[in-house]
Amino acid sequence: MVTLLYFASLRETLGLSTEKVELPMGTSSVSMLVAVLHARGGKWTQALAEGRPWRVAVNQQMADASTPVKAGDEVAFFPPVTGG
Amino acid sequence: MARVRVQQEDFDVGRELDALARGNNDVGGLASFVGLVRDANDGSNVSGMTLEHYPGMTERALEDICAQADARWKLLGLVVIHRFGSLVPGDRIVLVGVASAHRADAFEACEFIMDFLKTRAPFWKREDTATGSRWVEAKASDDEAAGRWK
Repeated sequence: MVTLLYFASLRETLGLSTEKVELPMGTSSVSMLVAVLHARGGKWTQALAEGRPWRVAVNQQMADASTPVKAGDEVAFFPPVTGG
Repeated sequence: MARVRVQQEDFDVGRELDALARGNNDVGGLASFVGLVRDANDGSNVSGMTLEHYPGMTERALEDICAQADARWKLLGLVVIHRFGSLVPGDRIVLVGVASAHRADAFEACEFIMDFLKTRAPFWKREDTATGSRWVEAKASDDEAAGRWK
């Protein structure tokens, strides 16, 4: 299982702030995980579409599509940050 | 060395800066930045805002930024405080305070920390305007500002 978190506009678009997901066999990177979420269709495909400016963190460190993901990880998706 | 706090409550700028230098007479200067909520943005009046953050990662990201600044300049003290929750125009959002022996280190580190905070720390602003509330869009100019420190 991985814990997925969604923040800000992405949380609103998806109507979800957190969920636990079983990683399908062979799913070992952010890009593979995103493909799993894309397969849900509709708002998932749109919100996490390529070219959309979403960001990702794995275990609370900024990450990218190639970052490894394994069972037990915490993966967060969010829009570009706007603090300060 | 860095003190990082993410909190709902306001903070006392004078007290935080005093604490950076107190008891350390090697400190020759303090530089600081205080970010405030404005009452207008992108052509709309703003009556308030809500700051969302990612508890846990926020603190780690700020501590990481402080560690980078500490490695790059000769610093004697650092404080970063960032608020979350509901804020109104005039409210303080963020404080960066830097102590060093000489001013260049403090000025540059303060600017570096703010530039990285703007692009790396997981905070998101939602503004309230007369026509409803909206998420603030990230600015390309903030990415450019962080990019110049390479």
